[in-house]
Amino acid sequence: MKDRLIYERSVKGRVGYAWPTLDVPRIEPKEILSKTHIRAEAPKLPEVSEFDVVRHFTRLSQDNFSVDTNFYPLGSCTMKYNPKVNEKVAAMDGFAQIHPLQPEQHLQGILQLHWELEQLLSEITGMAAYTLQPSAGAQGELAGIKIILSYFQCKNEKRSTILIPDSAHGTNPATAALSQFKVVEVKSGADGLVDLADLKSKLNEDVAALMLTNPNTLGLFEKDILTITKLLHEVGALVYMDGANMNALLGNARPGDMQVDIMHLNLHKTFSTPHGGGGPGAGPVGVAKHLEDFLPVPRVRKKDGQLFWDYRAEHSIGRLHGFYGNVGVLVRAYTYIRFLGNTGIMRAGKTALINANYIKKKLEHLYPVPYGDLCMHEFVASAKSLKQYGVTAQDVAKRLLDFGFYAPTVYFPLIVEEALMIEPTETESKESLDAFIDAMLAIAEEAKAGLAPEAPQNMPVQRVDEVRAAREPNLRWLPPASSLPTEPPTQALGQSSMRMDSSSQTF
Amino acid sequence: MKIPEDLLYTKSHEWAKRDGQKIQVGITQHAQEELRDVVFVELPEIGKTVKAGEPVAVVESVKAAFDIYAPVSGTVSAVNEGLTTTPQLINDDCYTTGWMYTLEFSDEAELGNLLSPAAYAEQLKSGAA
Amino acid sequence: MDYVSNTDAQLKEMLDTIGVKDFDALLQSVPQSLHLKDLAIPPGLSESELLEATRKLAEQNKNLLQVPSFLGAGAYVHQIPTAVDAIACRGEWLTPYTPYQAEASQGILQSIYEFQTMVCELMGMEVSNASVYDGASAAAEGVLLAMRHTNRQRILISEAVHPHTRQVLATYLRGGSTIIQEIPTVNGVTDVEALEKAISDDVACVLMQQPNVFGVLEPAESISEITHRSGGLLVSSVYPTSLGLIDPPGSYGADIAVAEGRCLGSPVALGGPGLGLFATTQKLLRRIPGRLVGATVDKQGNRAFTLTLQTREQHIRREKATSNICTNQGWLALRATLFMSMLGPKGFQEWAYQNFAKAHYAFDAFTKIPWIKPAFEQDFFNEFTLTYDKGIDPHKVHQQLIEQGWAPGHLLSEWFPTHPQSSLWCVTETISKETIDRMAETLKGLSV
Repeated sequence: MKDRLIYERSVKGRVGYAWPTLDVPRIEPKEILSKTHIRAEAPKLPEVSEFDVVRHFTRLSQDNFSVDTNFYPLGSCTMKYNPKVNEKVAAMDGFAQIHPLQPEQHLQGILQLHWELEQLLSEITGMAAYTLQPSAGAQGELAGIKIILSYFQCKNEKRSTILIPDSAHGTNPATAALSQFKVVEVKSGADGLVDLADLKSKLNEDVAALMLTNPNTLGLFEKDILTITKLLHEVGALVYMDGANMNALLGNARPGDMQVDIMHLNLHKTFSTPHGGGGPGAGPVGVAKHLEDFLPVPRVRKKDGQLFWDYRAEHSIGRLHGFYGNVGVLVRAYTYIRFLGNTGIMRAGKTALINANYIKKKLEHLYPVPYGDLCMHEFVASAKSLKQYGVTAQDVAKRLLDFGFYAPTVYFPLIVEEALMIEPTETESKESLDAFIDAMLAIAEEAKAGLAPEAPQNMPVQRVDEVRAAREPNLRWLPPASSLPTEPPTQALGQSSMRMDSSSQTF
Repeated sequence: MKIPEDLLYTKSHEWAKRDGQKIQVGITQHAQEELRDVVFVELPEIGKTVKAGEPVAVVESVKAAFDIYAPVSGTVSAVNEGLTTTPQLINDDCYTTGWMYTLEFSDEAELGNLLSPAAYAEQLKSGAA
Repeated sequence: MDYVSNTDAQLKEMLDTIGVKDFDALLQSVPQSLHLKDLAIPPGLSESELLEATRKLAEQNKNLLQVPSFLGAGAYVHQIPTAVDAIACRGEWLTPYTPYQAEASQGILQSIYEFQTMVCELMGMEVSNASVYDGASAAAEGVLLAMRHTNRQRILISEAVHPHTRQVLATYLRGGSTIIQEIPTVNGVTDVEALEKAISDDVACVLMQQPNVFGVLEPAESISEITHRSGGLLVSSVYPTSLGLIDPPGSYGADIAVAEGRCLGSPVALGGPGLGLFATTQKLLRRIPGRLVGATVDKQGNRAFTLTLQTREQHIRREKATSNICTNQGWLALRATLFMSMLGPKGFQEWAYQNFAKAHYAFDAFTKIPWIKPAFEQDFFNEFTLTYDKGIDPHKVHQQLIEQGWAPGHLLSEWFPTHPQSSLWCVTETISKETIDRMAETLKGLSV
């Protein structure tokens, strides 16, 4: 335990920010507001100085691995470099200091950016039209599912089944269930791809759509994609593509050309916007021409050279965001695409594949890859062969941290035993890939020699007790001598941390 | 693997102990070991009626959640409240203190569909092979 | 340009190692007809060209440093301490992802634990999650939670909840069998008599907003009492800034408190990204959507933090998850944590107080003008509704103000056809007395 909580740094009376002297007459709230509207006590926030805050949060930041500091091969998350210029552009007053309800004539620049970004994404993915409103991939999926729902309602067809391959991300079934669809799983075949026979056996007039991730979560391209989309269309159903793995297709192939009807993108994956420790992302949704009317409102449109928000849309699924979406994220993605341009996009997509295949080739003799000869932008290896030495995928993941690498996605997808899902992205150099490969090989050697330590050893904390966290949920700090009802573990933790403080602060 | 002789079993790894017109239900040692550390148990409400094979309760570990199914049809008549504060009772002794709920069964004949200890042991063996 | 580090020579060498003759061989599983030859997007730019192009776009917007603004209505402009940006823009905060590997993410995890604590304190609630997308989706998630918990299908929503929030909720519920009933307002607040008539034991929840969309403070205690009569839950959507002065949801018995938290240290940026705050009671803990961080210990018994209660979530529960949400709004949650830390209890109170005092000063100044009347005689915080005398065209009034370089309040006629003469004005700490006086003078000088 190295760091006190900001609350434990609190000193009564200390302040961190000064408001200007009030320039209007001071009035007494009690004389103006009804008593029931007035808060009895100030919110209990820490009392710290600006310098306390800066040191505390700078110190904490150093306890994080991040793309800027470490290779971060977290599969399916596309942890590519987040360009600094994107931040500079997003912070421009003309983008950061604008109000959503300003008149449109004052917002022509940002409307133009929306307009252009929709077109850029349409061209890159081959879809006819985009909404930029969804806040993240999962909300994009929600938009997609609602579009599917509205499309069939509009056609007066009752369809209640969504097909989802067993290798899909959990968000797919969770989203379908949110709209009362019945989820039917499609099996993967021996090659890790959609089992066409199984798919056919589940196709009927009740199927609204197939939600497909392509390349799938094994990093494999669905080679029968054209057959799959044709089969779905033959029963009048739609194909939704989860664009989580779009980085594999960037400049290489387009979902629109595969006859996909709806897809979402993750701008924080494919288009380099920072993951921010878990958001904000953005999940634009693209559709084929026949579904354009169902997109959320407002849409950006142009009339007589003037751009405006258009709320008219008879079939629209409605609104998904308090205003227009994660605009700050859209600005960054736009900046990225304009910087790369056509050749840059194509080189990025190619390199993503080369980097992934390179690692795969160098590792597969010790970490076999059960599905696929060649992969797309990521692959799923198995740590199964180390099990005989008592080392699991989880152990490999934790040991990698000691070597200075963030861990791959582990235990997903479930169809690979002891799964390690590795996605290097195009921005990592061959040298960093080689260093990662060396670490993976060293970990395997350690395991075989029976020398695998209980990792991690070199992190700010050792292996964290997740069982205790779940059995005795302690989700907020309470002062040790609080008059509030306290949970025993909180008390104990708070006290022990206070004791350890003086010796562990080493500034 | 402990498989007590006085219990009946399901394919989905529940055990049932008959007591008059009721059965007590829990999960088997095999299931408990697969789950590893149980961190939470969601128990049914008393009075809930269920059909055989329907989910009744949920047992959770840190990274997984499993539905627990009704071995036979009936009405929930008691639950093991101790599990709400001490879910690890299931790990400590899944066959006694780790019981989950009691069901008043509605059709005695359904008990005949359950597995004998020998049949359950056989299922585990073939599953492992 | 691109951000690829590898040289062409290195890429060739790597292809040799892989054992393929060229790049196209890696696309062998992609049908030939799908291979892309070119993309019809413009060529790339150098950094200086890029900055020039984007600056041009930015300059086509009139930003709030150029235009004094009285706009609020769900998006509030507040000061952001310099240290918030300085710290939040560190790469170690900006570029990691969700802290799945706890041991390499203690900084993020601890900051979220601190965030959860602060949100609980602010709201007066027992449990907070790590945040959701924005205030509107937080309200929708709150309603979904209430429906799951009560197993009921009818919900009551005050007409004075922001229309965008109501619209987002409608989208979330689309296709289900939920019955949404709107409770009308009377004199700017939720009509409690109408609520009493509508409440029954099939109501999952009542959704209210405090202060409401007219800026008016609702009789929250009465709404809460009526809601709870028949076992429904109260979902209250609040404005965080107000909580330095106004009674928090926990104190009037809200079961679920949600908010748009962008005002806590993040720029308004056309209303996004937002920060959905989501807090509830201990009783509803297992049904909460999204990420939660908990304190525990490591192998050596030292305090450590980790994501916890993950079995609620989509990556484990799939179609049985409490929500489909995956990420939170981590970076904005961090900014809010920095912001609240710097303010502290006194600073937060003073912040709310300055908003309150300035808004009341502006209200008094504007309503002295003969053709401008308060729409309601009600308590408000930092936003109020004005009504222009009959015969005056509000659009004309506002067009004149816009042409004179102002961003006046928001006309309500589009959202509320029943209020054709009304507009909603917001005054935050960023507006000086001098600006308010100038606005009052301008209004006075208009030919209406």
